[in-house]
Amino acid sequence: MASYLVPFDSLLCMLLGISFTVWVTLLLVFIIVPAIFGVSFGIRRLYMNALIKLFEWATLRMERRARETNQELYKPYSNGIGIIAKELVTVEQEIQDLRSNSSSGPSAGGSGGGGPASSAEFEVADIFSFCRRGVESIVDDEVTKRFTPEELESWNLLTRSNYNFQHISTRLTVLWGLGVIIRYGFLLPLRVTLAFTGVGLLVVLTALVGLLPNSCMKSYLSEKVHLMCYRICVRALTAIITYHDSENKPRNGGICVANHTSPIDVIILASDGCYAMVGQVHGGLIGIIQRAMVKACPHVWFERSEVKDRHLVAKRLSDHAADKTKLPILIFPEGTCINNTSVMMFKKGSFEINCVVYPVAIKYDPRFGDAFWNSSKFGMVSYLLHMMSSWAIVCSVWYLPPMSREEGEDAAQFANRVKSAIARKGGLVDLLWDGGLKRQKVKEAFREEQQKLYSKVLVGLQEGSEYCCHQGGALEDQDCPCDQTGPAEDQHCPCDQTGPAEDQHCPCDQTGPAEDQDCPCDQTAPAEDQQWPCDQTRPAEDQHSPCDQTGPAEDQHCPCDQISAAEDHGHSYAQRGTMEDCGQYCDQAGTVEADEHSYEHTDTVQDPKCLCDWTGSVDDGGHSCDLTDTGVQDCGHSFKQTAIVEDPGCS
Amino acid sequence: MGSRASSLLREEDIEEIKKETGFSHSQITRLYSRFHSLDKGENGALSREDFQRIPELAINPLGDRIINAFFPEGEDQVNFRGFMRTLAHFRPVEDNEKNKHLDASEPLNSRSNKLLFAFRLYDLDRDDKISRDELLQVLRMMVGVNISDEQLGSIADRTIQEADTNGDMCISFSEFIKVLEKVDVEQKMSIRFLH
Repeated sequence: MASYLVPFDSLLCMLLGISFTVWVTLLLVFIIVPAIFGVSFGIRRLYMNALIKLFEWATLRMERRARETNQELYKPYSNGIGIIAKELVTVEQEIQDLRSNSSSGPSAGGSGGGGPASSAEFEVADIFSFCRRGVESIVDDEVTKRFTPEELESWNLLTRSNYNFQHISTRLTVLWGLGVIIRYGFLLPLRVTLAFTGVGLLVVLTALVGLLPNSCMKSYLSEKVHLMCYRICVRALTAIITYHDSENKPRNGGICVANHTSPIDVIILASDGCYAMVGQVHGGLIGIIQRAMVKACPHVWFERSEVKDRHLVAKRLSDHAADKTKLPILIFPEGTCINNTSVMMFKKGSFEINCVVYPVAIKYDPRFGDAFWNSSKFGMVSYLLHMMSSWAIVCSVWYLPPMSREEGEDAAQFANRVKSAIARKGGLVDLLWDGGLKRQKVKEAFREEQQKLYSKVLVGLQEGSEYCCHQGGALEDQDCPCDQTGPAEDQHCPCDQTGPAEDQHCPCDQTGPAEDQDCPCDQTAPAEDQQWPCDQTRPAEDQHSPCDQTGPAEDQHCPCDQISAAEDHGHSYAQRGTMEDCGQYCDQAGTVEADEHSYEHTDTVQDPKCLCDWTGSVDDGGHSCDLTDTGVQDCGHSFKQTAIVEDPGCS
Repeated sequence: MGSRASSLLREEDIEEIKKETGFSHSQITRLYSRFHSLDKGENGALSREDFQRIPELAINPLGDRIINAFFPEGEDQVNFRGFMRTLAHFRPVEDNEKNKHLDASEPLNSRSNKLLFAFRLYDLDRDDKISRDELLQVLRMMVGVNISDEQLGSIADRTIQEADTNGDMCISFSEFIKVLEKVDVEQKMSIRFLH
C-alpha cells in the first residue's frame, strides 16, 4: 500500500511547487513590477465593470422577487430625499408670519405683513415652531447620519450592506456564496501578502535611503521608493483611483488639505505624489514605519505632549512650509473620519499658517466597498480586514486650484471657503457642524445662539427700549446684553465670545487670554492673572494658582503637581514615589529620603532632614508642621501639628 | 454591521402600528431604521441620552421638553411603538381620515391631539393647568439669559391675562384651545413625511 503513496506524494509536492512558482510569478509580473514603474494593465478596471453588471442584475432579481410576494423593498435614502421634507424657513420668519397672520393681541407700531415685529409680544403658539423643528430633527438630522456607513441603492452582494434579506432567491444566495469564497479565499490572502510586501519594502528601503547623505540623489531616490511602496499598497487594496486635474497637484512649500473618510486616504494621495505626513508618534508597528520614513525625507511627527501645545504645532508646521525644499504637508482638517456623504467643519489651526493651500476632494464609490472607518465601533485591524475583503475600493480624486487667505479674512472664514470648494467639487454636502460631535456633545453656546435669536424676535429692534441692545456697536447701556459684535464694554454683559472680554465680570471667552481678573483660565495660553487657576497647558506663573499638573509648578503656594518633581522652594509635593531632590518633596506614599526636606503626611518618617507638610506654617524657620499627631524624633526635626516647634536647624 | 433593521420588524407589528398611527408600510420601515440607528445600546428601546446625541435637538431651546414628551410617565425607556405613537401626532391631517375612524377613537394627529401635545409641553406636572410658574419656565428656556426677569414676568402676566377667562390665573386646556382657534395648528404642528 505504501508503494502507491510514494509517487503520489512526490506528485503532490511537485504540483504544489509548480503552483507556488506560478503564483509568485503572476504576482510579480502583474502586480509588483507595474507598481515599480507606475504602469497599469487595466485588469482592475475590467474587474470593476464586471462587478457593476453583477450588482445591477442582483438588484433586479430582488425587485422581481419582492413584486412576486407583493411586498415592498426597503429603499434607503435615495438621491438625497429623506424621510421627511423640511421647511426652509428660518425660525424668526416663521414666528413673524405667525404674528402678522393672527389678529389676536395688540400690535404697536407697524401692522402685520412683512417687516420686523415691533412690540414685545409672546404668542402661546410660538412653541409650535420649536416643537416641530425638534421632532423633525429626531426623525432626520444632518449630523448623526454622517457617522454611519452610507446606505446603498442596489445590493452589492455583501452581507454588511443588505437590508432586504427576505427577498433573496436561491440564485442570489449561490452567487453570494461564490462571492464569499472568492473574496475570503482568493482576494484576501493575495491582498494581505501584498500589504506585507509593500509595508516591508517601505521600511527597509527608506531606512537604506536614509543612510545616504543629503543630496539631490537622496530626495530623488526617496521619492521613487515612497511612490513604489504606496503603489503596491494600492494594489493590495484593489483600489481603482481616478485622478482629475493633475495640473493642480500640490507643490513644495504648501499645505494640502483633503476631506477625511478613512486612513486609506493617505495611501491614495501618496501614491500619486510625495507628501510630508503629519501625525502623532505611535508605538509598535506604526512607530517603526514612522521612524523609517522620516529617515528618507522629513515628515512632521509630534510627541504626544507636544500635540496639546497649539503654538508649538503651528510653529513647526510653518517652519516646514516655509522651507521650499521640503515636501507639501498633508493635513486632514476635519480631525476625524466622516462617512463621505458630507464635509464637516475644518479646524482652523492649519489655516492659520501663512502659505498656499492646495485643496483636494476625495469621493469614494460605495458600491464596491465602503471605506468609511467608524473608529468608535471598529478597531484598526477589524477595519483593514473589512477593506481587504470587500470587492474593491473605487474612488475619484480631484485636485483643486490653490487657494490663499485673502485680505480681511480670518482663519475660520478661509477654512470655510476651502471646505465649500471641496464639497462642491466632490458632490458632498457642506456642513458647518464639527466632526468632533461623533464623540462629544454639542457646545452650549449654540443653544444660547438659538435663544438669542428668539429673544430678538420677541423683544424687537426698538432703539428706545431700555432693554434693547442696539447690536450695532459698543454697548453703552449698563443693562443691555452683550452685542456680540465687538468687545463688550458694558459691565454687566456676558462675555461676547468674539474678542477678549474686557468686562470684569465676564467669564473667560476661551479665544484669547482673558485678562479679566476674575475669569477662570482660558485654557489656551498662560494665565497671567494672579487669581486665575492654572490653565493646565502651561506652567502656571501665577502665584496663587494651583499647580497645573503638567509641568513643574513654580508657584510657591501650589500644592504638588502630582506628576513630576516640583522644585519649588516653598512647598512642593509629589504625590507618588520617593523624590530625591535637593529641594523639598512631599510624598504621600512612602518614606522619602531626600537630602534636604522630605514631606510626608501619613507616617512618621525618620529622616535625617526635616519633614514639612502642607497644612499650616509653623514658626520654625519657615517650614510647616506635619499632619500627624505623633511626633517624630529623628536626627533632624519633626513637627507636630499641635504645637509650635522651634528647632535649631531645619524643619 | 450594516443596517438589517427592516428584517427585525415583523409584519404583524407593522400592521398594528399602521392601524394605530396611520403611517404607511414604507414609512414605518424607514422610521424603524431611524429608530435602530439612534439606539446605540441596541436593546430595542431609546433612552434620553440617545435623543440628546442628536446635535440639532440638543441646541433646540425646548429640546429637553420635547424629549420628555416621548417618555410615558415615570419611565426611562421608549420602545418603537411608543416612538411611533408620539411621532404620529405630527402626521398631517387628511380629510378622508374623518370617515375611517368613525367608530374608533380620535386619530392621534387630530387638531385637538396636536394641541394637547403642545399643552403638555407647558404643563409639566400634568395637572391640566398652565400656571404662571410653568409659563415662566418655558419662556426662560426659550430666551435664555437675554431678557430680564421683570420683563419676562410681565410677558407671562400679559399672556395669562389674555387667555384666562375664568379668573384662576392659570390657563386650562379649553382656554388654551380658545386662544389658538385662529392659528393654523394643523399646518404648524405637522411634518411632511415622504414615502
